[in-house]
Amino acid sequence: MELLSGNEAIAQGAWEAGCIIGAAYPGTPSTETMEAFAAKEGVYAEWCTNEKVALEVALGASAAGARTLVTMKHVGVNVAADPLFTAAYTGVGGGMVVLAADDPGMYSSQNEQDSHYYACAAHVPMLDPADSQEALDMAKAAFELSERFDVPVMLRSTVRISHTRAPVQTGARHEAPQRPYESDPSKWVMMPAFARPRRIAQLERIRALEEWADGSELNEQHGCGGRGIICAGAAYQHVREALPDAAVLKLGVTWPLPAETVRRFAASVDEVYVIEEASTYLTDAVRALGIAVSSTPVPLPRAGELTPALISRAFGAASAPHADAPEGLPARPPALCPGCPHRLVFKELKRLRAIVIGDIGCYTLGALPPLSCMDTCVDMGASVSMAHGFELALGDGERPVVAIIGDSTFAHSGLSSLISTAYNRGSGTICILDNRTTAMTGRQGNPFNGETLQGRPSRELDLEGIVRALGIEAVQVVAPNDMQAVRAALKGATMAADQLDVIIFRSPCVLLSRAKDAPYMVAGCTGCGVCLSLGCPAIGKEEGTGLSYIDAGLCIGCGQCAQYCKFNAIVQAR
Amino acid sequence: MSTKVLLCGVGGQGTILAAHVLAQTAMECGQKVKVSEIHGMAQRGGAVTTDVAFGEAVESMVCDAGAADVVVSFELIEAMRNLPMLKEGGRLIASDEIIKPASVLTGRAPMPADARGWLIERGALLVPAHATAVEAGNAKASNMAMLGALSALLPFEAAAWERIVPDFVPAPTVEANLAAFRAGRAFAAEKVM
Repeated sequence: MELLSGNEAIAQGAWEAGCIIGAAYPGTPSTETMEAFAAKEGVYAEWCTNEKVALEVALGASAAGARTLVTMKHVGVNVAADPLFTAAYTGVGGGMVVLAADDPGMYSSQNEQDSHYYACAAHVPMLDPADSQEALDMAKAAFELSERFDVPVMLRSTVRISHTRAPVQTGARHEAPQRPYESDPSKWVMMPAFARPRRIAQLERIRALEEWADGSELNEQHGCGGRGIICAGAAYQHVREALPDAAVLKLGVTWPLPAETVRRFAASVDEVYVIEEASTYLTDAVRALGIAVSSTPVPLPRAGELTPALISRAFGAASAPHADAPEGLPARPPALCPGCPHRLVFKELKRLRAIVIGDIGCYTLGALPPLSCMDTCVDMGASVSMAHGFELALGDGERPVVAIIGDSTFAHSGLSSLISTAYNRGSGTICILDNRTTAMTGRQGNPFNGETLQGRPSRELDLEGIVRALGIEAVQVVAPNDMQAVRAALKGATMAADQLDVIIFRSPCVLLSRAKDAPYMVAGCTGCGVCLSLGCPAIGKEEGTGLSYIDAGLCIGCGQCAQYCKFNAIVQAR
Repeated sequence: MSTKVLLCGVGGQGTILAAHVLAQTAMECGQKVKVSEIHGMAQRGGAVTTDVAFGEAVESMVCDAGAADVVVSFELIEAMRNLPMLKEGGRLIASDEIIKPASVLTGRAPMPADARGWLIERGALLVPAHATAVEAGNAKASNMAMLGALSALLPFEAAAWERIVPDFVPAPTVEANLAAFRAGRAFAAEKVM
């Protein structure tokens, strides 16, 4: 037995099933799945620009006969939904498995949508592992299922499955010979004349899948009589801990719902409850079978993760006795790293009183105090297109509109937004904060740093060349560590109100090299507090005196703060 | 019933690595085990918690308020924040170290008054993990000093832990990490007796 995270177990299961091609865009909590798969023998794996591309790469490889794995976080499924829905018409060649890693509780996401709804809407079977061993076993089963029913299969995990390590029995790889490819336009060319019969085939497949789901050993009933709980995934573990005596139906197959299995379970217990996280998917599906679902005496929270205590309390148990934390403890949110080269862009935008349209990634941290410099953050690439919308609605407003987006996010979907703005002759200022990596998810490769997942040679794409090719003339590359350069570039761009400006702030993420210069120190501080407004974790304010100090252990010697000190009180310790 | 240990601290302190060593040791000693980690936004200097559960059978990987048999904090403010996780009769051990949150650094929030006194009053064992690690020859080994202190409260033999530690730390630092582990264990064993 070895301790594997759910993500590692899924990668292992795919490998054991003979999967040879993987495609993904990184996203918490899914990222390590493709990293673990890429490290295995005899496979090809790549980071794609986004989840739609990844799913299409995998679908192409599947059509050509290879077993393929594609992984993404829940919001990535939104991006990949277009090909997913039609892949449920075409079906597959080699088995194709899609991991959707959900984030109830939003540890690292902008929403907590439930991917079950996608499986249901796209008519794609979905399996819900409840621990790492099941993650491995279900990944393997999913490939068989995919080929047997000629359909992509989704695995649904959550942060507590993907990021929980548990003992796993691994096995040997089963080589799955690539299925021979033969052209079949009636299966793969989804124009109306061919799609209509595929839709009929899909409906027949759903009936066959329903029958299969009811006979599947992936659903387990534990006990009967009394209180009966229907659940899946991590919620199953919480239920077992909170209600050890309850009868439980653990659904391994959550779409299509195994209707007879659920009915049999309901008939074997006195009351049926459905316990699920941040969703009513299962509850609604069970009720749709005509089964009366009881409400817990105390309602379960509709938002966020479940825990054993929440479930016990829902059935009337008292909370476990415990001490309280003192009131008013200072919170400890994440922050841009000490020396993050892109910090000054936020500082200067705040100074400009700009309306800052943000995006996903590290730069979202610019929304937190003391930088507090972000008006919106919605989804990947939205900064560029929402900024265009702001410009349209506000016209020549008092405050400049500035979009902020990272290099990987720009490649993901900011580029298509920028093409649209350029095409429509939009104006405003787009800042691409190019830190040469996909930082927030753990520094993966992307098209602009030219690093590939398995270390194959590639090339760095010419970011400014791409922007110029859109007909945008006002493109400049600026060193973000240089306060005067940042200030001048932003001032110039935002003054040119009728022009679309793109400023590429280029400096690598400090976590890439971890290089340190001699730290700075404070001598002769007046206590004005300007350096503190940068929000650098290395700079603090002494209690009592109110004077600033720099933590030499955290300071990487970037010198940003020294540029803001009007009293020359911040000097490098040489 | 499983034994639950909650490890908490600040991103970058090595809490996850310590949790992995604990989990591996428990597994090698024949226990079922689960380790739940939070990645992503929790890094970048934010507060982090890792839940470890082990025993004859382990179900939920999550630790609720009042459910932890042991809370191991790598920092004093995080120890105060996570005290509610401790069950009645559970043990709280904390590294005697304070890392000021950004809001305190920038003067927007006050430090809690007398964190040490508050914790000691509630039965916390404060471990001089940093000093122990420095003495052991590697300042970064303070997580092993904390793990050593934790090991004194758990039923696994010292030899089991010491077999596992070398697999999780860089080869040149094995001796320093083991020395920090032993010193942390000895410190806690003496205080707990």
